[in-house]
Amino acid sequence: MRRSGRPSLRRRQDMDTPDSGGKTPLGRKTAETGINFTSSTRFSRGLTFIRGHTLFGQSPTRRIIPQTSLLQENADSQKIAFLLRKQWTLYSVTPMYKFSYDNLKEYSRLLSAFVAAEKQKGLAVEVGNDLGIKVTLSTILGLKGTDQDQVAILVQIASRSQLPFENAEDKVVWSGWFCCISGDDLLESVPEDFTCLSLFLANGAESYTAIVGSWFQKTFDCYFSRLTISPLNLAWMAAMWTGCKVDSHIAATELVFSVPCIPQSLDISYAIHPEDAKALWDTVQKTPGEVTQEEVNLFMDCLYSHFHRHFKIHLSATRLVKVSTSIASAHCDGNIKILHSKHLIGVLMLLTELAISQIQ
Amino acid sequence: MQQRENAKNPKQALQVRQSSLSAWQIGARTAGPKTVHLKSAQKHEKEKQQSASEQAGSSTQNHLEQALTYFERVKDYIPLRKNEVLQKHLATVESIALQRGLSPEGLNVLLNVALSGHLADTVNSRILKCLIPASVIAESSVVSAVSWLCVGKCSGSTQLLFLRWLIAMFDFIDHKEKLHALYGFFFCSLQDEKLGMQPHLQALLSLYKLFCPELVSITLPAKMKVRNGLILPACSTDTNNPARSKEINHVDILSHSESFPVEQLHTFSQLLQNIHRLEFPSQMGSVLRNSLLLHYINCVKDESIYLRLYYWMGQTLQEECTWYKLDNQQYEEEFKDFLDIVYKTECFLQEGFSSCEEFLYKSLPLWDGFCCRSQILRLVSWIPLSSFSEMKPHLCEPLAQLFFTSSLYFKVIQVLLSFCLTLLCILKLMSCVNVVCFSDCCSRNTTLSGLLNSVAELIHFVGWISTVALRLENNATFLMYFILDFYETVCDVYLKYNLPLLVMPPPGVFYPALLSMDSVSLNQLCYIMYRYRTNLVAAKENELIKKTILQFKFSSQTYQEYNQYIMAMVGCLWTSSAFQKDIHPQGIRLDPEVLKKTRVQEVRSSFNIVHHPALMGYAILFLQQAWPEDKTLNFNLIKGRRWNWYLEYLYMQGLQGLKLFIESSINRVSQPCYILILTSP
Repeated sequence: MRRSGRPSLRRRQDMDTPDSGGKTPLGRKTAETGINFTSSTRFSRGLTFIRGHTLFGQSPTRRIIPQTSLLQENADSQKIAFLLRKQWTLYSVTPMYKFSYDNLKEYSRLLSAFVAAEKQKGLAVEVGNDLGIKVTLSTILGLKGTDQDQVAILVQIASRSQLPFENAEDKVVWSGWFCCISGDDLLESVPEDFTCLSLFLANGAESYTAIVGSWFQKTFDCYFSRLTISPLNLAWMAAMWTGCKVDSHIAATELVFSVPCIPQSLDISYAIHPEDAKALWDTVQKTPGEVTQEEVNLFMDCLYSHFHRHFKIHLSATRLVKVSTSIASAHCDGNIKILHSKHLIGVLMLLTELAISQIQ
Repeated sequence: MQQRENAKNPKQALQVRQSSLSAWQIGARTAGPKTVHLKSAQKHEKEKQQSASEQAGSSTQNHLEQALTYFERVKDYIPLRKNEVLQKHLATVESIALQRGLSPEGLNVLLNVALSGHLADTVNSRILKCLIPASVIAESSVVSAVSWLCVGKCSGSTQLLFLRWLIAMFDFIDHKEKLHALYGFFFCSLQDEKLGMQPHLQALLSLYKLFCPELVSITLPAKMKVRNGLILPACSTDTNNPARSKEINHVDILSHSESFPVEQLHTFSQLLQNIHRLEFPSQMGSVLRNSLLLHYINCVKDESIYLRLYYWMGQTLQEECTWYKLDNQQYEEEFKDFLDIVYKTECFLQEGFSSCEEFLYKSLPLWDGFCCRSQILRLVSWIPLSSFSEMKPHLCEPLAQLFFTSSLYFKVIQVLLSFCLTLLCILKLMSCVNVVCFSDCCSRNTTLSGLLNSVAELIHFVGWISTVALRLENNATFLMYFILDFYETVCDVYLKYNLPLLVMPPPGVFYPALLSMDSVSLNQLCYIMYRYRTNLVAAKENELIKKTILQFKFSSQTYQEYNQYIMAMVGCLWTSSAFQKDIHPQGIRLDPEVLKKTRVQEVRSSFNIVHHPALMGYAILFLQQAWPEDKTLNFNLIKGRRWNWYLEYLYMQGLQGLKLFIESSINRVSQPCYILILTSP
């Protein structure tokens, strides 16, 4: 039936079983120097606590939809607006070791030098001795799901204006941001030395993404991986976003399916009037504010059977590759565009969850 | 041309090592008119050309000399705009420099003017870019150029360009003694943000820092890695993270000792001497290649080390896993190497990584059983012991699927064997250590009895797949050999590993081995049954004198199972009562009426040591040697005393398993002989 972009993992339904997460089974005696010669099982046993309840990438069978905008009052509206209506490529990031919010200026300076050095690599005596590149790291206030979430970080690469005016503005050529919305489970499981900003979104030339990523990896011993979205999770997004109320900028709900054919694959676009889609979803959803896997399946099955009635094509046999709604659009390759600030937190919460399940 | 010939040290030019430029230079020289020696027939023609080119050369030479004289006389600021003279001379210098390079004297003049600050930056930059030596660069020119930098007349960008030029042309400098004395200046300028942050310098300095960290005290940004790929991070101390450097300083103040950079760590004694002040590498993944650091992290209690390693390894395995990629050919070798390193590290640490375990659990269901096979299977053997219910769906079932579809059963069997062995070793270790440590090891709520049950279930699982495999492969001897090899380990667990664990082979393995056409299998089975007996007898004795091991005992069912097998075996091999004395529910007992219908003569003795298909060959040889004149092959002759002779003959043929079995399990002193069965204590 459906093939997922990432390897489909075995899913267990018993998600409600109490987990043993948080327990640290490191009750070993230690010498005063902190050196313990008797331990021989650290690598396999010392880490059981981080497994928590997401053993082997299971997906939850139930998710909560945040009903209202959860942006905090101190939210930086200008920066938030900057995040909207842009195509972002998704990455998951493992916890960063010894990242400090107090050093953002120093990081900006180092990263600027690093980007400049990497850009000039391989040139001996070359024209354009100054690339005029400036990297800025700053916080995005208010972008939090819970109070425990760590503050989001915006990274921008700007090229200095070539114009000789004093007030000529630098042009942003690349931007990326780290966030972690409602990532409590992960946060609780790692020591204080680590900063959990598990979701990274980038917009701009991939070469910059690679440079910035490698600097973070080198400096904070973390790991960046592309975050792709499985058809199953796309279906979740279709259902969850269809159910959200939108007052303005209403767009059609569009699902794109891919049929592997030779020589070229065939894409089927299935657009539904948002009100019709919402009406269908309202008949499917049992408890407001909560979505279950069964409801998502039922919703999609209804859409499939409707399509089959008209076109005699079984969409269930194809692969869902893209979902667009008034809230946001997402592609299985791991690209996302968020359209409404009201639903920003909700969308990011789901993406954070996917990012965390990829790194654990 | 004249000046070029007069170059101070023409031989030096031949010593230049920089390939591209020196190649160009040699090309220019051989093509040059004066160095060419030609055969007389062509000489005249060539001489004509030569004189023509010399004429042209001398006119350009004049232009160059004029230009150089012009630049030499520059004493004040000269703007470029609307200055046709300057533009003309600049163009001359550029075109000649690109054509044939400049003499050391010319370079000296141009360097001086470019760094003096008398010309506009654009002119300086054009001059510096055309400073291409025809032969060498005089050291004195470089020294005076550096002195220009010190007075700060020229702009930062010009200084930068000069430094780049210097690095590119370094090999063309005729002497370097005085230049070496100026390194202090160069290092000083590295502290300058603009000048210092040059990739070339950094690359060079990182190399220095790697070998002589004490000589390079400045902060260098790390080398970058574009693809996340399988380049293991270099083992270097982090100097990039202010948060971390601060921390180290803090420690320094407290301990009054400097930290010891990992780059300098080469010997075990160094590790021991500096273990209290060792800095961690900036990327924990780098420890995989460094056995000294592996020793170190193995004895340091710092959770963050394991977490960093855990995340890095988990993500690397997942990202690089070849069977998730469509175009996997090019990455497979890399991935294999990486898996090998992980495996070696696990062997070194005598412990499996949990990130690796999770990776295997996640990816085995999708594995084709072929890609990186030996690496994957070896890693499987390092999966830490957990409950069988957890292991079965994630590990055993995917492997079993592969096992049934693979034509190379024995390979997988071997792996399962090594897998079980590893588990047994772990259990052995655990039974040796004290209870406090023990409870630590079993953090997944597993007790010793739980672990033992897991191992027992695992052995049952191997028994099950062995049964199926033997059926599928028509009891192939090769396969049987590996399976019985496995049971040779299993039967001795109690005595060899001091563990209260005894699992009998399933009938699907026992009976095919007993009725095998091959004497090796039969002999192996006899030996296994002998060892089972020895283990059970030892357990029974310990039980009786209350010297129980860890308060466990074998169930009476185990004894019963053993007895059923032993009766069937003795019935077949010794008492000639095959198909009669077998009481195993899945055994080979047959109703006498049914046997009669087969019309086979002497059915009952058809599996004794004389008639058994695996041993009949020996019986024939025995008869031929004992009665060479008798060609009828009368097996009935082997009776009484001759039976004993025949037995000795079999033992001499190397059937030691059979010997041990018969001597331990059959009492031949009293008549009629009886089977030594065991009763549970």
